[in-house]
Amino acid sequence: MKENGKVTNIFLSGVGGQGTILASNILAEVFLKAGYDVKKSEIHGMAQRGGDVTTHFRFGKKVYSPLIKYGDADFLLSFELLEALRYINWVKPDGKVVLNRQKIYPPSVNLGLAKYPENVEETFKKFFKDNVYVVDGQEIARKIGNIQAANVVLIGAFSNFFPKIKESQWVDAIKTLMPQKLHDLNIKAFQEGRKAL
Amino acid sequence: MQGNEAIARGAWEAGVSFGSAYPGTPSSEIMAELTKLGDIYTEWSPNEKVAVEVAHGASLAGARAIACMKHVGLNVASDPFMTISYTGVKGGFVIVVADDPGQHSSQNEQDSRNWTRFAKVPMLEPSDPWECKEFTKLAFEISERFDTPVLMRSETRVSHCDSPVDIGERVVPNIEMGLDKNDTPKLVMVPMYARERRKLVEKRTDMLSEYGDGEFPFNLMEINDSSIGFITSGVSYLYTKEVFPEYSFLKLGMVWPLPKMLLSRFFSSVKKVVVVEELDPFLETEIKAMGYKIWHGKDLIPNIGELTPEIIERVLTKAIKKKAYRGPEVRFDTSQLPRRPPNLCAGCSHRPLFYILKKLGVFVFGDIGCYALAVAPPLSAMHASTCMGAGVGGAYGAGKVLGKAALGRVCSVIGDSTFLHSGITPLMNAVYNGGYSTTIILDNGITAMTGQQEHPGTGYTIRGERAETVDYEKLVSSLGVKHIRKVNPYNLEETEKVVKEELMRDAPSVIITVNSPCMLLRRASPKDKFIHPFYTVDLEVCRGCRACLDINCPAIAWRPIDDTEKGREKRKGTVFINPDQCVGCGICTQVCRFNAIIPGDEK
Repeated sequence: MKENGKVTNIFLSGVGGQGTILASNILAEVFLKAGYDVKKSEIHGMAQRGGDVTTHFRFGKKVYSPLIKYGDADFLLSFELLEALRYINWVKPDGKVVLNRQKIYPPSVNLGLAKYPENVEETFKKFFKDNVYVVDGQEIARKIGNIQAANVVLIGAFSNFFPKIKESQWVDAIKTLMPQKLHDLNIKAFQEGRKAL
Repeated sequence: MQGNEAIARGAWEAGVSFGSAYPGTPSSEIMAELTKLGDIYTEWSPNEKVAVEVAHGASLAGARAIACMKHVGLNVASDPFMTISYTGVKGGFVIVVADDPGQHSSQNEQDSRNWTRFAKVPMLEPSDPWECKEFTKLAFEISERFDTPVLMRSETRVSHCDSPVDIGERVVPNIEMGLDKNDTPKLVMVPMYARERRKLVEKRTDMLSEYGDGEFPFNLMEINDSSIGFITSGVSYLYTKEVFPEYSFLKLGMVWPLPKMLLSRFFSSVKKVVVVEELDPFLETEIKAMGYKIWHGKDLIPNIGELTPEIIERVLTKAIKKKAYRGPEVRFDTSQLPRRPPNLCAGCSHRPLFYILKKLGVFVFGDIGCYALAVAPPLSAMHASTCMGAGVGGAYGAGKVLGKAALGRVCSVIGDSTFLHSGITPLMNAVYNGGYSTTIILDNGITAMTGQQEHPGTGYTIRGERAETVDYEKLVSSLGVKHIRKVNPYNLEETEKVVKEELMRDAPSVIITVNSPCMLLRRASPKDKFIHPFYTVDLEVCRGCRACLDINCPAIAWRPIDDTEKGREKRKGTVFINPDQCVGCGICTQVCRFNAIIPGDEK
């Protein structure tokens, strides 16, 4: 009965400065060019000051709401472990979770007033079993020479979930969105990420 | 395309030739994007009142003009706005106001739809970027045809939503440029003329309501299952459509004035009506006042915070589907997780200043800007903050009634952009009426919080051209301030001395920070002045006293350890400085009493 048919919901979370907004822009570029309707909504008012950043990304034949319904995310793509755990309840029971193995301490942890949660990966595996995929974005990015590219590594890993989209479509999106001097680095980051899963 | 970009694109395609704005989340990108499109004059005005006045002047001279602001900005601009409703326009004049339901980055959650009825000005409300562009274009036509300013209401989830938009050509309308003295009775709002205009305003509202009934293409009636009909607008429509797509809808693209005939048709086409709207019961109250019966509205739908598809499903499922709502499984209690509030950047020049104010135990009247982040512990150095410019007057007023007993115990802080926006008048008042408050101008050389916009104190225009620069010292001196001090906040000892002296002074004084640009302002090379690229902790020397944690630097972290075995004074931990985040500002080295923080090696 749903006239908007199948809409895919991707929830992205991370910390200001990690490049989550660029990552979601790459997704938007790819799925728009592939002919889908797309809606992307983000809260980034304080992003540059180390706050948390979330993006609701939806694509399908026709997308109404810019926000994913709580508990309805097909994918959680998270750039930081605490920010992943914060949104664990947003994912559908059979949803897929892609985690970047990075911890960034929030102020209360830095001040010794709160504890960073332990065993985040295990918590996700308890509920999502084989649908949890962990990537060490920083390490892969460091190997290719720039840890700033960790966000694109993550997108590379994530691209594996969309077999209908060709690698060249992702590469074109990166080229469209980034200045030329950064093309080689980020295409390499994408390819390494794609191999990581 | 982002909603804000689409509004800019719509204005550009509509042939706008004048744009003005004061930045404010979530509206800030509109004027920046319009500037990028070119062929048009744009500016950052010092505040929203000025933005509306200059754009109205441009309209009266024949240009299509747009002024953009966040919801609270329209409060500042409300004086000209309320009377421009009477004078009308020549070139189309659109005012974009962006609300922030949920208060993601605002001091209040006011619903701007209330302005439209108050000012008797029509309001369009797009729900997504495609509509942002189309509605903006049409708004200019409505403005000219009905001789009225038009409000365009956006909000966070519209302004900051990206979705596909069709792009068109720019068409500049054929309006004769120039001012006409024969328009005096229309433009001079002395009582004699204003009384005549007042009648036309009422007539205009009736005409706009009729226009909304038929000709206006974006009041849409969708009759599906007629047992229930939703009346809604903006992003609330999208959420409701997502959750209950099978029912009937009246989607209002123009939320004021309401289309009377269309409402009548909708009520006779469906059995029960539910009004879904964010924040105030604006539509609901008006529709009820027309005598219609509304089945559900604000009795179930919250009037605080933003709506989401989940909220709509949760509160309406029982009434509509006759079954209990069952939410998704809760796997983990996330409410106990440490929060991640934003913080002042590493190296930010505001940090040392607030550290000193906290140390001195002063009651700080703050203002709107990044420095409001100083309210968070452990800095905890802001104690009042209301709206742009309010702190300057607040500190003066408190001092007036507390008298000399409070000398040295109260001050105000205000950023450079905020000071020029609305801090000058209250400072003038403090001088004129003989207060003693100290105003600290935190000059970081840019409008920082909203993402680096220029203002009259930065020396650049919105297009990056050089401009005249306000000299704060001369400005405040001309207001009559006799005691003006400049401090380099990165020198804690000297800054503390100056702040103490001025706080104790029984006369209005101003302290201006210098050499203190925003850490994100690349052209000022804010890090170059620091001697060392970063600092590190000598773990042998660090006593774990935690004094450096009090500055709340994001680069400094506490690391618990247990090293009693070493046979020394017991310490529970040491601090660690993250070399990737530290910029070498050196504030922590001035706070450490044990010289445990030392220059790091090359990064």
